[in-house]
Amino acid sequence: MAAIQLKNIVKSYGFGKNALEVIHGVNADVADREFVVIVGPSGCGKSTLLRMVAGLEEISGGDISIGGRIVNDLEPAERDIAMVFQNYALYPHMSVFDNMAYGLKIKKVPVEEIRTRVDKAAGILELAHLLQRKPRELSGGQRQRVAMGRAIVRQPQVFLFDEPLSNLDAKLRAQTRIEIQKLHRELGITSLFVTHDQVEAMTLAQRMLVMNAGNMEQFGTPEEVYHRPASTFVASFIGSPPMNLLKNAPGARAGTIMGIRPEHLDLGTSGWEVQVETTELLGAERLIYGRLAGEQIIVRSAENQPVPAPDALIHVAPREDRLHWFDAASGKRI
Amino acid sequence: MVERRPGLRVLAHAVMLAGICIVAFPLYLAFIASTHTAADIVQVPMPLLPGGHFWETYKAALLGGGPGTGSHAPVARMMTVSLVTALVITFGKIAISLLSAFAVVYFRFPLRSLFFWAIFVTLMLPVEVRIGPTYKVVSDLGMLNSYAGLTIPLIASATATFLFRQFFLTVPDELVEAARMDGAGPMRFFWDVLLPLSKTSMAALFVIQFIYGWNQYLWPLVATTSEDMYPVVIGIKRMIAGGDSANAWNVVMATAILAMLPPAAVVLLMQKWFVKGLVDTEK
Repeated sequence: MAAIQLKNIVKSYGFGKNALEVIHGVNADVADREFVVIVGPSGCGKSTLLRMVAGLEEISGGDISIGGRIVNDLEPAERDIAMVFQNYALYPHMSVFDNMAYGLKIKKVPVEEIRTRVDKAAGILELAHLLQRKPRELSGGQRQRVAMGRAIVRQPQVFLFDEPLSNLDAKLRAQTRIEIQKLHRELGITSLFVTHDQVEAMTLAQRMLVMNAGNMEQFGTPEEVYHRPASTFVASFIGSPPMNLLKNAPGARAGTIMGIRPEHLDLGTSGWEVQVETTELLGAERLIYGRLAGEQIIVRSAENQPVPAPDALIHVAPREDRLHWFDAASGKRI
Repeated sequence: MVERRPGLRVLAHAVMLAGICIVAFPLYLAFIASTHTAADIVQVPMPLLPGGHFWETYKAALLGGGPGTGSHAPVARMMTVSLVTALVITFGKIAISLLSAFAVVYFRFPLRSLFFWAIFVTLMLPVEVRIGPTYKVVSDLGMLNSYAGLTIPLIASATATFLFRQFFLTVPDELVEAARMDGAGPMRFFWDVLLPLSKTSMAALFVIQFIYGWNQYLWPLVATTSEDMYPVVIGIKRMIAGGDSANAWNVVMATAILAMLPPAAVVLLMQKWFVKGLVDTEK
């Protein structure tokens, strides 16, 4: 059990003038037993950050401590962590049992102890009947569980997940998400989970760390991030469909950006006049894409509402208490 | 090309049969010759059916002391020399290539690419090109007429190193990282992960290199002078005295057949693995 502290973490490649800084000083404290999701678009440095915690990338500046111990110069195996990789990285020539036991064998854990630990993990993950199989004889979901089993048997202080669900199909992904949550509740091990999928982030995270272009944009609970996004980037990245960011809407002051989520706009007879462009039915709800003062705006309405025709004018009323304001120059929340 | 026309099928089979005959007939002739006496073979026309001197001829070949004017060294001894040489070359090549490919792919050290290119350039320098200097070195070290002299100059192999390098490059980085997380050091990773994954490539290489080692001709020709260190390929040459002398052709042919057997056996036994190694990788 351990807390993780990231102090002013910098990552740069190359030396001197040619040095390219990709992570520009990230500060974050992850509490013991917490499940933190690092989320951001591809190329934002989230995987690099995780790999620095894992010890697979060198740290260019700052300190990472796990359980109060600075781990900057420790080998991955010495950091008391376990990692689940995107492609699972199972040893293809070893059976499921050997895959899970390999790390323990190297640590010279007694054979009976290995047996009990692997059997226990296999029980939790419902892999008991597959222990003698080779990874190539398993389905994607089963391989994913073996990768998690390999992490569990090591009984680490910290779990690191590097987009472990992105190779699964949508249904299995939702199911595995729930399993990971359950697992975290049972084992209570501090976890860092990297993903680019904001739904995954919202559903799994106790707190989420939103990254963009090597900067930490916001670090907070999913509720905070959703209700009080710290910047226009977070506002547009979290939530689907994204928040409307309007400069010319009625009531918007110069130099500011007004933000309003599509679900906080109500169709009615008064309010803003929006010219409809197109509509999308998503099942329980319908998205209306339109224009307001030259800017695109998305409105969410229930599926039983009448469908507006293209080019029709509709009226939408924003809920005043749901308005967000951002500085136009910096994009920061005001 | 799935054309169901009977005429075409007959033609295709005819071509194949003709091809097989062209390849097989000399082998058949060699076998026939080895079952007759030397005097019978030089008759015109040469007999085309097996004779009754099979055991005699092969015994003479294996134990030495046959008739004729050429060398009479026992082929059994030559086969042993060939076998040891071929095996040492094969295993030596595989071991050295695996290790050097491992170094080139997985370690960052100064002048790494220079070393890689140095290995690569030796591809262009086969034994024939460097035979003069190699001979000088081997004879100065007193390794002529020894297994060391026959094998060591042939062990270093750019081809095999290159093959393993290409294979190692296809091993996903995540596997290396997973092993690091599990606490496996570089050599542990090499033994526990890379070697088992390279099994099929090693098998393919074993076949190729065994035949390469077995068929060495030029190098043993210069590196050995005493009869008890002749590989069998050289032995055949030495049995033929040249000119119009009375060679024991039946014994020569028996030796040729014997020399063909081990490589054929290796190919037949390893065929499955050989194809697997060239075609797919266990990933």
